Formats: sequence, C-alpha cells, structure tokens
Amino acid sequence: MRSGVTIFPGSNCDRDIIVALKNITGKTPIKMWHKDTEFPNLDLIVIPGGFSFGDYLRCGALAARSPVIKNIKNHISRGGAVLGICNGFQILIEAGILPGSLIRNKKLLFTCRDTMLEIQDTIISPFLSGLKKEHHLNIPVAHNEGNFFASETLLNELKNDGRIAFRYIKEVNNDTDYNPNGSSNDIAGILSKNGRVLGMMPHPERAINNLHGGTDGLKFLTKSFEQIIG
Amino acid sequence: MKVIVNISLKEGVLDPEGQAIKSSLSNLGFENLNDVRTGKQIILNFVNLEENEAILEAKKMCEDLLVNSVIEKYKINILRN
Repeated sequence: MRSGVTIFPGSNCDRDIIVALKNITGKTPIKMWHKDTEFPNLDLIVIPGGFSFGDYLRCGALAARSPVIKNIKNHISRGGAVLGICNGFQILIEAGILPGSLIRNKKLLFTCRDTMLEIQDTIISPFLSGLKKEHHLNIPVAHNEGNFFASETLLNELKNDGRIAFRYIKEVNNDTDYNPNGSSNDIAGILSKNGRVLGMMPHPERAINNLHGGTDGLKFLTKSFEQIIG
Repeated sequence: MKVIVNISLKEGVLDPEGQAIKSSLSNLGFENLNDVRTGKQIILNFVNLEENEAILEAKKMCEDLLVNSVIEKYKINILRN
C-alpha cells in the first residue's frame, strides 16, 4: 500500500502514525509537507494529530487552507482513502471534506484518556468493513476541541446514511462520564459520503503496542490497511 | 483603513467558556446575568481601499477563512479614530 502522511507546523503525531504504517504495511509512507503540491498517486493519506499552526483562529482552520489540501481533494476525487486523526479530523471538517464542526469540550478541559468505541452500522468503508461490530475498541483520546456539533438535520442525515463510524460507549452501566467531550449523539468519528474518508478524534496510533496499554489501535489500523489494499 | 470583524457563536451553539465565566462572575456576586457569550475580534488594517471596498474584502475574508459559518456569525464595522 502506498501511503502518505501530511505534516504541518505543529503536527505532533506524524511520527507515531509513520511508525504504525511502517510496522503494519512494511513500507515507509511518504511525508507530505504542507507547502508541497506534487506527490505520486497514493492509496491512503493520513492527516495526523497535533496542533497545526498552533490552533490559531480555529483548530485546523489554517491547515485546511494549505497548498497540500488541494492534493488531498484530488486524491479523494480519484477514490483515494483518507484518515484524519484528531487535529486531522478537525482539518477535514475545516476543509469542507467532512461536515459539522468540532467545538470546545463541554467541560472546558483538555481530555487525555482511554475511551471505548462502538463500531456502528455504516455504508461500505475500507476503514470499518474488516471489523466485527460486536468487538468494541479501546482507543485513547487527547484533545481540547473534540465535541462534535451539527444541526439536527445533519445528525439525522449522518445516522440515516450510515456515516457515523464510531460512538463512545459506557464500559460499565453506571459510567456517566464515558463521552469525553460532550459530542452530539456520542459521535467519535464520521465518514464521507463514499465511505473512503474517515475523521476520528481517538488516536489509534497510540494503541499499537502493549506498552501503550493496549493494541486495539493496531487491530483497527491493520484491518483498515488490508481493506484499502484489497 | 481599519476594519473590525466581531465573531461570535450562533444562538444555540454551546459556549462552555461563556458558561464558565458566568459561573465565576456569579461567585463574585454578579447575579443579574441570564447568559454570557464569548467571541473574538479581528482588526484588519487595509491599504489603498475605500470604505465600501474594504467592507466587501473583509466579508469575503470572513466567508473564506475567518468565520466557521456552521457555528459562528460575524459583524463588520469600520474603525474610526
């Protein structure tokens, strides 16, 4: 699988996802600097987490207007897959590639902890079709603006069209704090209309080794990459 | 020519920062508040533009970058000294 990882000033999870891609696929992804515009055709582009452009103006707003975004839009129109993680999800939304908005966490706190994700019934997507719905994923979040906000109309549309990828769920019945940011309908990640673009707040690349405390991120990424190649 | 853009959250969009400020004000004894809403201000210093041109340019900037129309609204004013 040919993959690329975008890098903006302030990206800080690029190395983690590069390690994950290299370990899982055996191939080193290309680095895509935000000012560059010429890249070979790729199967997957990952927009990693971090604080692109210092989160100035709005998270992801300045990155979403960078030269590299045009290449990502061309890649999507060719049917290429894109995974936006955390700040990458914010950038996809700011670029108008995914709908809605990610606003401040309800409790105004930067939240860094494990979350339990339930895989939803979705349209066909390489990111989800290899996963069993009954297996929940334990993947950490680390963000300040991950509260997914959208109009009721859009929320219904996402639900009815099978574009909600993951929801935060309770690990135990009396857990009232399972949603780390207050996002509408407990949404943790959404898909594009063709299912080939996924934006998610949790960081799968931070759960790929037992030393991380878990390997559900490895499971998710491995299954995704298999489907993207296939 | 200076133009001020005031950006605030639309009605109905949660403003947790405003809520936190309201709660803190209430601790200080300011009880006559229904709600506190926050926002941001951007001052654009234009060169060689008439007022109406500057306002049009600022509007386009709001639409292209400065404002997220899903959650925010804005007002443009000329800054007169």
